[in-house]
Amino acid sequence: MLDLTTSNVMERTALRVNPCKTCQPVGAMYAALGVANCMPHSHGSQGCCSYHRTVLSRHFKEPAVASSSSFTEGASVFGGRSNINTAVKNVFDMYDPDIIAVHTTCLSETIGDDLTSYIMDMDLPEGKTVVHCNTPSYVGSHINGFFNMMMGFMNYLTKKTGTPNGKAAIFPGWVNPGDIRELKRIATLMGVPYVMFPDQSGVLDAPMTGKYEYFTGGGTTLPEIASLGDTEQLIALGEITSGEPAELLQKKWKVPHTLLPMPVGIAYTDAYVMALQKFSKKEVPEELEEQRGQLVDLLLDSHPYTHGKKAAIFGDPDVVIGLTSLCLELGIVPKYVITGTPKDEFTRRVNALLEKYNVEGCTVKANADLFELHQWIKNEPVELLIGSTYGKQIAKAEDIPFIRAGFPVLDRYAGPLMPVVGYAGAIRMVEKICDALMDRQDRDAADEDLEIVM
Amino acid sequence: MNEKNKLIDKYSAKVYKNRKDHILQLEDLDEAQSIAANTRAIPGVMTARGCCYAGAKGVVVGPLKDVCVITHGPVGCGFYSWGTRRNKARADEDSGGKNFVPYCFSTDMQEPDIVFGGEKKLEKAIEEAVALFSPACIMICSTCPIGLIGDDVQAVARRTEEKYGIKAIGYSCEGYKGVSQSAGHHIANNGLMRYVIGTGDKAPAKKFSVNVLGEYNIGGDGWEQERILKRCGIEVVSMFTGDGSYGALKNAHLAGLNLVMCHRSINYIAEMMKTKYGIDWLKVNFIGVGATCKSLRDIAKYFNDAELTRRVEEVITDELSLIYDDIEYYKSRLTGKTAGIFSGGSRSHHYQVLLRDFGIETIIAGYEFAHRDDYEGREIIPFIKEDADNKNIETITVERDLALYRERYSEAELEALGAELDVDSYDGMIPEMNPGNIVVDDYNHFETDELIRTMKPDIFFSGIKDKYSIQKAGVTSRQMHSYDYSGPYAGFRGAVNFGRDVTMALYTNAWSFVSPPWKNEPMLVGTIGG
Repeated sequence: MLDLTTSNVMERTALRVNPCKTCQPVGAMYAALGVANCMPHSHGSQGCCSYHRTVLSRHFKEPAVASSSSFTEGASVFGGRSNINTAVKNVFDMYDPDIIAVHTTCLSETIGDDLTSYIMDMDLPEGKTVVHCNTPSYVGSHINGFFNMMMGFMNYLTKKTGTPNGKAAIFPGWVNPGDIRELKRIATLMGVPYVMFPDQSGVLDAPMTGKYEYFTGGGTTLPEIASLGDTEQLIALGEITSGEPAELLQKKWKVPHTLLPMPVGIAYTDAYVMALQKFSKKEVPEELEEQRGQLVDLLLDSHPYTHGKKAAIFGDPDVVIGLTSLCLELGIVPKYVITGTPKDEFTRRVNALLEKYNVEGCTVKANADLFELHQWIKNEPVELLIGSTYGKQIAKAEDIPFIRAGFPVLDRYAGPLMPVVGYAGAIRMVEKICDALMDRQDRDAADEDLEIVM
Repeated sequence: MNEKNKLIDKYSAKVYKNRKDHILQLEDLDEAQSIAANTRAIPGVMTARGCCYAGAKGVVVGPLKDVCVITHGPVGCGFYSWGTRRNKARADEDSGGKNFVPYCFSTDMQEPDIVFGGEKKLEKAIEEAVALFSPACIMICSTCPIGLIGDDVQAVARRTEEKYGIKAIGYSCEGYKGVSQSAGHHIANNGLMRYVIGTGDKAPAKKFSVNVLGEYNIGGDGWEQERILKRCGIEVVSMFTGDGSYGALKNAHLAGLNLVMCHRSINYIAEMMKTKYGIDWLKVNFIGVGATCKSLRDIAKYFNDAELTRRVEEVITDELSLIYDDIEYYKSRLTGKTAGIFSGGSRSHHYQVLLRDFGIETIIAGYEFAHRDDYEGREIIPFIKEDADNKNIETITVERDLALYRERYSEAELEALGAELDVDSYDGMIPEMNPGNIVVDDYNHFETDELIRTMKPDIFFSGIKDKYSIQKAGVTSRQMHSYDYSGPYAGFRGAVNFGRDVTMALYTNAWSFVSPPWKNEPMLVGTIGG
């Protein structure tokens, strides 16, 4: 496996090998699927739309609807106005969503299609809405696409009536539906009325009923998005994913925000709980405190199997920061921590974490790829690998226990239904980490060393 | 009103006008059935189609294991086509011990590269690739912005060849070209024909040798075909392009015969090799037990050798005896079921034959990116009208290579052979189907769902984008592009795998739980009192 990868690290400035990121539009599509009765629309050639729907369906094992402007060479020369007009008419005719959320592609960005004016000139059916955002694939990563789409919705739809609605807004960042359900559960337990935006739960984890609908009814509703301007406080999770949308809400409607890391592990979940508490001014309920106590108990019980183990963690910036924090809580040394997304803030935040736990000798890099991660591992191995499906190649090549987390996970089931966030998510991750490390110990043990009790 | 009319009646006037010619409900099969194909998808209908890049990089050149295929563009296109198609490959002698298939290479273009041009970055990327991997061949696949900003990937390829003394080919396969993946197939075919085929000199060792064209080794299909062909004493010179290599493709012109599996994606090469090198081609189908037997017998007929014919019959008898019990069992579970297939290349045709082996009738079939000849047969080609979108895709003309051309059979001999064998021809999918059946070109999500409702197939074979919506509607759904990560489905052993998987999908216990028991029980239990 990956036999052409050698330990000889060479600095590269042009060739990306085995990327740890993808392009903006898929993030926009995922964000738009978290809005109720919304058709994501890809303004470009139809391959983009096909690839994005495919990767989303492969990750969630669910249908991912989205339409395309189906650019041809002619449209690429003359502009895509007529394509988007035709598309919008057909989407409303055939699929009848309430809203179409258009994102651009490198094609429509390069030719400079002006979606704002195209949309302004559209003759839309009564009660239907079209919004857009710009997602040039050659800037940032899919994470940028996700928050750009959020801001697209907010730019078009949010309002301020002047009457605060008594709710908190929660931006979950790029997480799975199982995570969103957990974030909601915690907010409800904390007595916080909220608007979750976006919200893919109920959409990309929909149940089997024998009846298929294009739109499941799940997702943040349009009135909810409109009401974001009336919320009293925003809790934005995932500093890198939710930072810019949080700034926008503050700038546009003066909604104050608390920007927190993705609540993975104890400390970051504590921060989420306390932010909710600050809003509700209520005691943390027994149910939540009990679960936190169980998690701490689990950490103490299992620490001999995790302490001092070296791990490599890769993926999207916010989930990687969260997982790094969780690993440090477990006493694991995060030897290599990388993201493909080009954000220096990532490096700063991870280094701050390492400093907090007084851990040295780790390599942290943004705008990195899996080829260089693999090369580092060849030079100095790790005992655990955590990240998306593509890590399985490295795990197989180097015989490293591997845990899947983040996006995309294309080769396992049930993941999107389950949380990584919150105390519940941490318990689940600790179980996964311990299982992986302890299964390895069992596998490698001499017969006389195989422990029945561990 | 028949199912076709029920479907298109739901369309607005403009969409109706377009789609009515892409959908057929077969009537009297003695009359020629004509279908519109290979035209633009309508924006917004949720077509299943991909793009030109997907056809060139994803389908045709991506599987070449000794080629460092660099996607020139932003990172997404390379990322999505990384390891997701199941074109299995093992390093071998022809590939110089290399296998690039598990890797993804991209120039990951950034905004300044778009503004100031990306050629420099591409050349730097090639320099880095050569330093790291010393590939024998580099192929550059362009994505949408490349054509728009005017990077000359062919010039970069030429400079690469001069600088490093390796083979380099640039493909202008930007996503917006043509109307579907099909344009990319054609562009990739042209490049392989121009720069690769005919440049090697390793002659086949065996008397009977073939290339398998349009076989991408999804789930190991190509390996099963190779196993059977080898048993028959036939050498596979090269596979286009599953488990294929630049090293092997170079020698393809020295094979005795071309076998064409996926007609759409590779027929250009088959035709051009006939003209340039005199190699005939046979449209084969190794999907299906009967189909595999027929294909083997056709090959034997073509080579017209008593010993080969005897060997082929021996292999067929032996292979059939090995799978007979399994096939009979699955057939007993599957007979009488009906199916729908929406797929690419030639699969919607091929799998109808395999399904019939198990007693399943295909009542809906369609292609994403086929041309009229894939539906109606190659006789239609002279009558296909070109439009602006097709004209943008280069058609290259080749001439007889005086040094390498070798006539396998004279015209007269071919004609005689033609009495019992279709050489250099293909009749298309429609003759395989029955009256009442529906044929759909460039199917979309809406049509898929509607047809499932009205035609009620027991099982539907499609791709990942449709799989879960079909399943959620309560219809068994299997992926025909990836085989749901199973396979091989080709050849004798593959047929058994397919029967097993289809039976499993239809009968899996989970179906019995879809409706909760309380939905069928009265909620309140009481007594009627007086």
